[in-house]
Amino acid sequence: MPHVIHTVPVLPAPQLAPLTDAYAAAIAAKRRQMILGIAITLFLLALSGLGAEVDPAMFWNKIGNFTDYFSRLAHLDSGEYVWTDPAEWFWGLRRWTRLLGETLLIAYVGTITGAVVAFCTGFLCSARLVKSATLRATVRRLLEFCRTVPDLVFALIFVVAFGLGPLPGVMALAIHTAGALGKLFAEVVDNIDLKPVEGIAASGGSWFAQVRFGVVPQVLANFTSYTLLRFEINVRGASVLGFVGAGGIGEELIIAIRRFYYADVSAILVLIVLCVMLIDIGTEKLRHGLVRMEGAR
Amino acid sequence: MSERRLEIPRYGWRTHGPGFAMIAVLLLLYAGGLTLLEINPARLITGFARLGDIVMLMLPPTPETWSRFLVYLDALGQTLAIAFLGTLTAAILGLPLGFLAARNIVTSRIIHFLARRGLDTVRSVDTLIWALIWINVVGLGPFAGALAIASSDVCALAKLMSEAIETADRRPVEGIMASGGTRAEAIRFGILPQIMPVFASQILYYIESNTRSATIIGIVGAGGIGMHLSEQIRVLEWQQAAFIILMVLITVAIIDAISRVLRRNIIGRA
Repeated sequence: MPHVIHTVPVLPAPQLAPLTDAYAAAIAAKRRQMILGIAITLFLLALSGLGAEVDPAMFWNKIGNFTDYFSRLAHLDSGEYVWTDPAEWFWGLRRWTRLLGETLLIAYVGTITGAVVAFCTGFLCSARLVKSATLRATVRRLLEFCRTVPDLVFALIFVVAFGLGPLPGVMALAIHTAGALGKLFAEVVDNIDLKPVEGIAASGGSWFAQVRFGVVPQVLANFTSYTLLRFEINVRGASVLGFVGAGGIGEELIIAIRRFYYADVSAILVLIVLCVMLIDIGTEKLRHGLVRMEGAR
Repeated sequence: MSERRLEIPRYGWRTHGPGFAMIAVLLLLYAGGLTLLEINPARLITGFARLGDIVMLMLPPTPETWSRFLVYLDALGQTLAIAFLGTLTAAILGLPLGFLAARNIVTSRIIHFLARRGLDTVRSVDTLIWALIWINVVGLGPFAGALAIASSDVCALAKLMSEAIETADRRPVEGIMASGGTRAEAIRFGILPQIMPVFASQILYYIESNTRSATIIGIVGAGGIGMHLSEQIRVLEWQQAAFIILMVLITVAIIDAISRVLRRNIIGRA
């Protein structure tokens, strides 16, 4: 017969009871909180299901359309699979590459313009560099407005003001970028080491000299990294600016989708995905390089 | 009298060359971009003048009638519903996918690589493109919008989760395995409690940012306030357009405030 050795010391029952009770109560309280949270979420979910006109039965009936749609994307007009005849699939490659290039340029010019604006305003809303509270608050509110209004809404308005084409797209991206980057830049500036700035101020440097030699060298790497991230986001955003007539490949894509040119849709989508991925990988490499350069200093 | 020399840092090609070269390339590309995109001062001046007129026409923002205000309010509710439903669907599907793409859970390099690349592919398609695809499947309306948000965010959330899982502390997992727990138990009691707060606060961030994306999804016909906004801009009813933008801004501010409070509670409790 195996003999069992109790090595775990157990408190006597009268001492143990309050502890186990307290543990049970704590667990019960946590569980109640969780159940309440889940109940609220489910209630909101049901409410939004009604609001968004969700119809599971219809979804079930039509989910076939989804696979069907993708299989149609994979077929040419002739009924062959698209990859059997790449020349036919990418018949508009020249035009599409040009439009894709335009998309990239829109993203680039928009990002740089926005980043320059953010660079200037980022310093203006830092409490450590600007004394006037009203100026700081105004700049902050302005940036908040710029990043809360979606870029496509700006694009819709600018298309009316500037006419169709890439210009409204660039403007929309630039404004949105200025808002988003301005906030991030301000946070970076808020976290700098003030000693170099004070040193320059003590030796008689002007405000510009303080910013140029005291602040900029500290923040440049972070600024660049954020700008690269934003460029990635803007390439994605620029691909749909054409939906509202603001230039780039989006216009070609929406026409192809609306007119059911399935093979064209898939070809353009493949190009966009490839392009976005290349840009992602490229900027990631650059950012890592930047981090290494900072580390080596 | 001996001459005191101050050592002045020299700006030469050797020290600053690479930096200057890079800036030159960036500027050249910028100038090239401006020319190719046909952006010139004349167009900018006339455009800004017209923009000024538009802004003047927007004042004061008004829905004009109460019934229109109610219509906009209803559409805004729909927008919120799209954002909430889409994000939650993405979260429910994204969590398991995140485990699949985490290197410390799925050790097979091939599956890991395929999962990561797959996530990146879907992520690089914009929400608006997804909306157009879903409209073809379930028809015009907010349901397509919710599905679009869900499909574009599943992968973004999964990627974030897989990163959180990879950086999670290994020791709880090892403890559970050492005391005879199964792999499922190790994930449930070792990893899940660590990533849940991150997960919850990410979901809140996404609900916030999706409220913003859901406002534009209506532009292509996938429900919500965007449809009214693009319609009012198209017929040049600037006062109503400005009113809708104002409503969106207020809603986003409210959602931001709510999620900030919730996030502080979640992170405080963890």
